[in-house]
Amino acid sequence: MNNSILQVENLVKGYGDVKAVRGVSFSVEEGEVFGLLGPNGAGKTTTVEILEGLRTPDSGRVSVCGLDPQKNPQELKHEIGAALQSTSLPDKLRVMEALRLFSSFYRRHRSPEELLKRFGLEEKRNTFYSQLSGGQKQRLALAMALVNDPKVLFFDEPTSGLDPQVRREIYDIIEELRREKKTIVMTTHYIEEAERLCDRVAIVDHGQVIALGSPRELKERSDDKTRLEVRLARPESQDVLKDLEGVTECRILGDSYILHCRRPPQAIVALVKHLESQGNELISLEIATPSLEDVFIELTGRRLRD
Amino acid sequence: MNNFIALTRMRIQLTIRNKMFLFFSVIMPFGFFFLYAGVFAKGVPAGVKYLMGPVVGLTVMGSFWGLSAALVMFREQGILRRFHVTPVTPADMLASSIVSNYILTLPTVLLEFIFARAFFQVHNFGDLLAVFILVTVGTVSFASLGLVVASVTNTMQETQVINQLLWLPLIFLSGATVPLPSLPVVVQRVGVFLPATYLVNSLQRAIYFAVPIQHLLLDVVALCFWAVTTFFVSAQLFRWEPESKIPRRAKLWAAATAIPFVLLGIYENRTGRLVAESQAAYHAVDSAEHRATPPKQDSGSPQP
Repeated sequence: MNNSILQVENLVKGYGDVKAVRGVSFSVEEGEVFGLLGPNGAGKTTTVEILEGLRTPDSGRVSVCGLDPQKNPQELKHEIGAALQSTSLPDKLRVMEALRLFSSFYRRHRSPEELLKRFGLEEKRNTFYSQLSGGQKQRLALAMALVNDPKVLFFDEPTSGLDPQVRREIYDIIEELRREKKTIVMTTHYIEEAERLCDRVAIVDHGQVIALGSPRELKERSDDKTRLEVRLARPESQDVLKDLEGVTECRILGDSYILHCRRPPQAIVALVKHLESQGNELISLEIATPSLEDVFIELTGRRLRD
Repeated sequence: MNNFIALTRMRIQLTIRNKMFLFFSVIMPFGFFFLYAGVFAKGVPAGVKYLMGPVVGLTVMGSFWGLSAALVMFREQGILRRFHVTPVTPADMLASSIVSNYILTLPTVLLEFIFARAFFQVHNFGDLLAVFILVTVGTVSFASLGLVVASVTNTMQETQVINQLLWLPLIFLSGATVPLPSLPVVVQRVGVFLPATYLVNSLQRAIYFAVPIQHLLLDVVALCFWAVTTFFVSAQLFRWEPESKIPRRAKLWAAATAIPFVLLGIYENRTGRLVAESQAAYHAVDSAEHRATPPKQDSGSPQP
């Protein structure tokens, strides 16, 4: 707990009758990418905006870089960088002007020139904001979050609304920041984003954290959800396959057998040995490991994008 | 201070790049100028000089239009939110709005004087220091009014409706379009409750009679007081977020900005000072124009 750069304890925030955040707690270590994963309306954005000092919580304790966003908003804003959701820049502001303007607000700076280069916006330096594509606008938003060389970065839904190719570009940028050991708190409702980019993920639903851990830890919880999908040269008895070591269940789907297993490596070895002894042959084998989506379904009984 | 200067520069750049600016800050004021000078004053120098007060007054008052619209648009589009995560404060944002507007208004006012000299042979513009102070105080106070409008409205449509509701009485009941003395007495009595009336009247006196600033103190102090009140209120009501609601007390705050001129209006209704001054100027220009255009039967009075 002592190394954590960001701590949230029992955070509560409501809008009128609606409780957007109901007792959220977590902490973020320096240099990690922390993800808040959950459906729209789960309370992710509200949580992040409280951490950024944009909203006042009803109760709970928050500390970011050792500062309370309510008591020291000005100090805090020098230490953080943010790419917000539903924000914009003036239409007639040029890319370079935006970077220069925003870096002038801070005590610490990074060279706007370097950021321009790094985010592939060199050719767009004199382009008006209104003339940028969606991906370029988002790259500029990320570049602007870095103008003050912040200690903590907040990315709220950094890829939502972008097409798949542009999304991959943004992933590359965030992965590079991760390699540089930047502390990043990001929200997303994309499973693959959380799995690919985050060191640790808090799954948020209805304003509460329902699971927290590294993507691998979370998936290990539903390890018996690993599925082997095999096709065999000759039919086998379903019951025999089900009794193999490590296998918990066997179903037949078309011409394939679906084996649910708790310990996939043991199950595969047992399966191959059994087939050899029967003189049967394995035509194909696919392993479907559980995704965070499966974890989410298991925890909430719903799909993430319901 | 740094942030304030950077924001002021940005606002000036953005305003100049906006086509609406060209219309509201260049075409419209000069349209008014040539209409007043060429048509209402018939190009007679004394008449043009008399109407410089209203013309400059209109240019100065126009500040609140563009300013309220720009700020509401910034909020609606989520641009203000982006500034909210930086160390920029509401005071930086509001003060830069006012100062950038002032810097952009000055050249227009200056050009109106240059045009009056070049095209209508007006060579003497009265007490220039008084004119400068009045233009400054007027621009700042009406810009602050624009900021209050931006604070109490949620959408662009609302802003435009409120702007219209404010603009029409300000220009028609203040002597800015129709000279105060030629308005019915009832309207004059209402007019002295409007800040615009004091601005137009004192500008007219500074230009036409070269009245120095120390004799316009009441008007200047009232406008300054109003500017401070409106700025304070707009800072209290400032909202970064598009979805944040206007608190109920906001309407009370906004109403509080009327207090200085309600008090002054009551005082003026008792003394009749402003109306008398305005009449004196009106008669002076009337006789001056008679001398300038003797063949005319009817008076060349500057009646639009």
